[in-house]
Amino acid sequence: MTDYDVLVIGGGPGGLAAAVSAKKEGAGVLLIEREARLGGILKQCIHDGFGLLRFGEKLTGPEYVERFEEEFHKLSISYEVQTFVTSVRKTEKGFYVYAVNAKGVREYRTKAMVLATGCRERTAKQVFIHGTRPAGVFTAGTAQHFVNLMGQMPARRCVILGSGDIGLIMARRLTLEGAKVLGVYEVKPVPSGLTRNLVQCLEDYDIPLFLSHTVTRVFGTGRLTGVEIAGVDERMRPIPGTERYVECDTLILSVGLIPENEMAESLGVPLDIRTKGPICDNRFMTEADGVFTCGNATHVNDLVDYVSESGEIAGRAAASYKKRTGQESEKGRVMMDADASLQYLVPQKLNLGSDLGKVILYFRSSRVLTEGTLTVAVDGQKIFARKYQNLKPPEMERLEIDFTGQCLTKESRVLVSIAEGGGI
Amino acid sequence: MREMTCIVCPNSCTLKVEEQREEIVVTGNKCKRGREFAAAELKHPMRTVCSTVRTVFPEAPVVPVRVSAEIPKNRIFDVMREINQTVLTVRAAGGDVVIRDVLGLGVDVIATSSMLQSFAELKGEK
Ligand SMILES: Cc1cc2nc3c(=O)[nH]c(=O)nc-3n(C[C@H](O)[C@H](O)[C@H](O)COP(=O)(O)OP(=O)(O)OC[C@H]3O[C@@H](n4cnc5c(N)ncnc54)[C@H](O)[C@@H]3O)c2cc1C
Ligand code: SF4
Repeated sequence: MTDYDVLVIGGGPGGLAAAVSAKKEGAGVLLIEREARLGGILKQCIHDGFGLLRFGEKLTGPEYVERFEEEFHKLSISYEVQTFVTSVRKTEKGFYVYAVNAKGVREYRTKAMVLATGCRERTAKQVFIHGTRPAGVFTAGTAQHFVNLMGQMPARRCVILGSGDIGLIMARRLTLEGAKVLGVYEVKPVPSGLTRNLVQCLEDYDIPLFLSHTVTRVFGTGRLTGVEIAGVDERMRPIPGTERYVECDTLILSVGLIPENEMAESLGVPLDIRTKGPICDNRFMTEADGVFTCGNATHVNDLVDYVSESGEIAGRAAASYKKRTGQESEKGRVMMDADASLQYLVPQKLNLGSDLGKVILYFRSSRVLTEGTLTVAVDGQKIFARKYQNLKPPEMERLEIDFTGQCLTKESRVLVSIAEGGGI
Repeated sequence: MREMTCIVCPNSCTLKVEEQREEIVVTGNKCKRGREFAAAELKHPMRTVCSTVRTVFPEAPVVPVRVSAEIPKNRIFDVMREINQTVLTVRAAGGDVVIRDVLGLGVDVIATSSMLQSFAELKGEK
């Protein structure tokens, strides 16, 4: 058995950033990845648009993540690939991590761990569609894997259900490779992908977007032969009489991502029902001492730059965890209440152990607002306010707040809310 | 007046573009790149193309590529045709040129991943 200070699960951009920053703090680090290569999901995200915030360049997914891999290898950080973490046990002496790979069952001990397991896609089982179960129904990520990593075309005539970004990206990708994308159908009255993707993936290629529409039925015995589309009302119920048949051989689902947290749940880490990821503090430590979270395992980010940022914070905090004096837990943590005007807020808590200083918040508005003001109040006293233009649920906002000089205690009431309009 | 979305960065600003004789007036842009985008969009829209090329290596049947700089939007499918006719026979690294000066457009098609090299390392070939 080998001993580490920080063990990172997941070799995507989040895990790589965490490992690099922990190593730079002097920690003994091991990273475990279940696939053959590091890079996480970005290996298959071959389109550009990554890293604008961090590098000021429009990189493709592989280019972005390979920059981090390079740094990771330069620091000679230990890692295992094709190794699947099966369970984790917490003891007085640290965490025992069990994993399997070609060499058999492995056991590692570590003082702190970072869960950087990314997210998974919602599947056909999670959306309600009638009819047969023919071949030709894929998630957008699976289609992306086929085309971009295996070089195989899964579709000739296809319909895309859901306007999530990966679906939009795949609409363009399949079109470039010669498939006919008949349309993107979104059940909600507003698109869920980024506006720029609606423009550069759909409009550029004359792919129609149908809002308030859904797929109600699939047809075909062996392979998919067509789908039934219907309009939906405000409560997203299909409207009788609006059904129409669309002939196609492929249905691609782009109906959302969910943070992957099997490992966290097995450790008893409480999850936030809004983010579907672990509740964490400003250093990305979960409710379980010594267990940190980052990237898409924490909440589904729409920009990978923020995934890397959260990995760096989590890795640094995990590295300093071993030096912890116990003082931290005494001072405790204070909850930040995000009211219903926010879809969610990350982090959910503030760690009062060290000087709070500047804290990075990530949030999404619950509603589309052309003008909105976010305020932070402590015990009813407004301590921060910022005006925003064009707040949209699909577009995550990042915000830095300086808490220096705020005398927060465990009993403080911190409330975060967004009011319509620009009045501060 | 025309409304368009700037696709240069994730801010996705809604640009209002007015053509006044020789000049174009852009509003709604948070930075100057929005103006440049609008100007290009009116005269000669440019885009990048990202795709994959086939390889002769079984562990990586395709490798991701992109154009080294933007190309005219109306040449996207021509460039795609060139990309799909190419087969990579060397273990290219990220940034290596796969097609030089594609269709005389003055840009190269470059590999965007060093995956072929990491696979070689995995197999101990290097
Ligand atoms: C199909 C798909 C397409 C996407 N496309 C885009 C996009 O175009 N642009 C964008 O900005 N974002 C995209 N995203 C979001 C993307 O996930 C993030 O931008 C970023 O890759 C998240 O980084 P991460 O490190 O948190 O997770 P990931 O990149 O998903 O990495 C998680 C890693 O953990 C590993 N892992 C999980 N569980 C275990 C375990 N038990 N043991 C060992 N290893 C484990 C996985 O194999 C994986 O390599 C996409 C997501 C998906 C699912
Ligand atoms: S105008 Fe500037 S800030 Fe706005 S989307 Fe374009 S590049 Fe981004």
